[in-house]
Amino acid sequence: MRRKFISLLLGSLAATLILLTSCTPRNPTQVIVGDAAEEVYVAPGQYDEFYSIVSGGFNGQVSVYGLPSGRLLRIVPVFSQFAENGWGYSEETKPMLNTSHGFVPWDDSHHIALSTSKGEHDGRWAFVNGNNTPRIARINLKTFRTEEIIEIPNSSGNHSSPFLTENSEYAVAGTRFSYPLDNEGAVTDVSIETYKQNFKGTVSFVSINPESGRMGIGFQLLLPGVNFDLARGGRGPSHDWFFFSCYNTEQANTLLEVNASQKDKDFIMAVNWKRCEEYVKAGKGRKDRVRYAHNIYDEETHTGNSAIENEVIVLDPKELKDIVYFIPCPKSPHGCDVDPSGQYIVGSGKLAAIIPVFSFDKMQKAIAAGNFESEYDGIPVLKYEDVLHGEVKKPGLGPLHTEFDGKGFAYTSFFVSSEIVKWDIEKLEVVDRVPTYYSIGHLSIPGGPTRKPHGKYVIAYNKITKDRYLPTGPELTQSAQLYDITGDKMRLLLDFPTTGEPHYAEAIPAELIAPNSVKIFRIEANKHPYVTRGEKEARVERKGKEVHVYMTSIRSHFTPDNIEGVKMGDEVYFHVTNLEQDWDVPHGFAVKGSNNAEILIMPGETCTLKWVPDRVGITPIYCTDFCSALHQEMQGYVRVSPAGSNVPLRWTTGGTPESGLTSTK
Amino acid sequence: MFRTLMTTGILALVLWACSSRQSAEESAKGSPTIAEAASPQTEVHGMEKKEITLNSPLNAAWVAAGEGIYDLKCLACHKLTADKLVGPGWLGVTQRREPLWIVNMITNVDMMLDTDPEAQKLLEECLVRMPNQNISDEEALQLLEFMRSNDGEK
Repeated sequence: MRRKFISLLLGSLAATLILLTSCTPRNPTQVIVGDAAEEVYVAPGQYDEFYSIVSGGFNGQVSVYGLPSGRLLRIVPVFSQFAENGWGYSEETKPMLNTSHGFVPWDDSHHIALSTSKGEHDGRWAFVNGNNTPRIARINLKTFRTEEIIEIPNSSGNHSSPFLTENSEYAVAGTRFSYPLDNEGAVTDVSIETYKQNFKGTVSFVSINPESGRMGIGFQLLLPGVNFDLARGGRGPSHDWFFFSCYNTEQANTLLEVNASQKDKDFIMAVNWKRCEEYVKAGKGRKDRVRYAHNIYDEETHTGNSAIENEVIVLDPKELKDIVYFIPCPKSPHGCDVDPSGQYIVGSGKLAAIIPVFSFDKMQKAIAAGNFESEYDGIPVLKYEDVLHGEVKKPGLGPLHTEFDGKGFAYTSFFVSSEIVKWDIEKLEVVDRVPTYYSIGHLSIPGGPTRKPHGKYVIAYNKITKDRYLPTGPELTQSAQLYDITGDKMRLLLDFPTTGEPHYAEAIPAELIAPNSVKIFRIEANKHPYVTRGEKEARVERKGKEVHVYMTSIRSHFTPDNIEGVKMGDEVYFHVTNLEQDWDVPHGFAVKGSNNAEILIMPGETCTLKWVPDRVGITPIYCTDFCSALHQEMQGYVRVSPAGSNVPLRWTTGGTPESGLTSTK
Repeated sequence: MFRTLMTTGILALVLWACSSRQSAEESAKGSPTIAEAASPQTEVHGMEKKEITLNSPLNAAWVAAGEGIYDLKCLACHKLTADKLVGPGWLGVTQRREPLWIVNMITNVDMMLDTDPEAQKLLEECLVRMPNQNISDEEALQLLEFMRSNDGEK
């Protein structure tokens, strides 16, 4: 009864709004018709239907939202230090941010690629690119932790990444910034004006172990100095191929805004990665000396390790003629998307007034017939008309990205005209359009880039927020919008704010991930070199200037919680083992004045906080994660004495030596 | 002071009881595909033990295994004397409590705190919910063996 009344009220409100806004259809207060609230309402205690794994853009992380509610569930730290849980601050996680440039505390993460088997989501891993210092990271979707980060050698601006082949055989990494490759012995101190002679692009195929997910640089293609932008793997008939958009075929090195928009057409680059693999096996690759960091987090030691690797296999398509082809594509293509059948490749020229759709079959025929219009830097260029399935005419302004619903429709985002346009892939006809607020970048349909889309919603990740939320000064949250796509007409259901600046995101049904979620780390399996297996092992050891505290935490005390004998000039390592074995009982650990972060220790885990005391006196330590009714009691003290003092190393919990928990050394 | 503590305790208990009941109802209505899916990392607690057989004499290997588990997972809160630390000391526990009560307290602590008046009385005294320490049925029996040994049984 009450719900009916509310619907009635909403209905009349909506009707009034329609009347009010009919003259200005682009009024930011989008009219919501029907029961949108009910469609996105997830009642307390209920779960969302989808996880949405969202890149963080300039925050360098990945965030996880529930759909359709738009509720933020978690921020997974990846490329940037995260004081909230000590990622990149703890001794265990610092190696994860190591690169050939040394420790890099930040990156710019753009694109998510969820692992697939036979072209369908398998819920195992999420991959994300580091755009600034070229890297690919792999997140384990059982723990929602970053397990591996590999740096890409011979690369700058890893934008065209980390999209996957159909069975997650490879993730790709294409250079946005061509530059003089810096492999060992190369001459790199050249004038920027020698771009055309000296600047090169590369595309790397990063292999993924099907069991462990472990990455490696499989091989790299040496390519002309253009800007590689986005990419998609083929599927089904096009399984062996990968498609990359590229712009700046003008090879401009300044004022690209104008100088890289001169030509009528740039390229979609088609790569036969299977053939490349064969050439690598046949020893046709050149081995280049390079330097790149490969960082792996071990779940049993709870510790990351960084190694510098030195070799990469390079294939040159000028010599190996049948691995790379260029397809002309109008006006600086951005998105390059393959439909679920693997037959159609959609290019989105940022400045084009049409959307060209290419046919994989036609491309194969043209290649077989040897019908090329020219060569670009030694690479064959196919004829536009030979490869074209057709053009979507007058779709909108500034097409960027396309996703698919698996029902024969494509959904393309239009930045300039701020809308999502739905069109029929076979007929190339626009069937619906809906405004976005404002200036949409990427869009995401659950399973949209896979062989089997899950459909139901499309989410717009908008670049401009303006008046959608309460103002918070000059800096605003980023705006995402959820639309229903189950009917003929797309319907806006919800606005929700996001952290960082999401670029691409992928959504996946919750049942593919939730049942596998790890609840605790088994303390029996903890192989951390500084683990404390129970309070009996809690102790403090001095190794020269290093003081190692083997500390335990459990609701609600640390052992030891009184430490004396630390001296100025010491480096103190608190190795805190959380003895809890119950889900969702982390403990925190913080030290007053520490030039570091806190650490959050999950049940069964060991984390290390390094602290260099800066003054003589008593320093409190405490738990930062509210853990029990006696959380406020979870604290302790460290006494710091002057260098050369003879205060003995002593640690206690519970005070009296008779308690059996006190020791002196 | 004691009164305040008691009130807080009872309040906490009431709040907890409510929230626990509510969440059970809600999860029953929740997305069935997720709620009912088997987790590979099953939480060990939650099944009530209805009968156990006691060894006589004690199984020495179980006593030793039980002591190892105690060191890793119990010692932080329970002394082997009668003194309370975070939870009650273990000395005499096998005389005070039935073996089934002890085993269920170890493996089904949520059920016990929800339904058992003696367990609830302990929560009022200690104010820290005894954690589920992910102890298997077999390990619980080993712990019981160690407790009996600690109480002087042979």
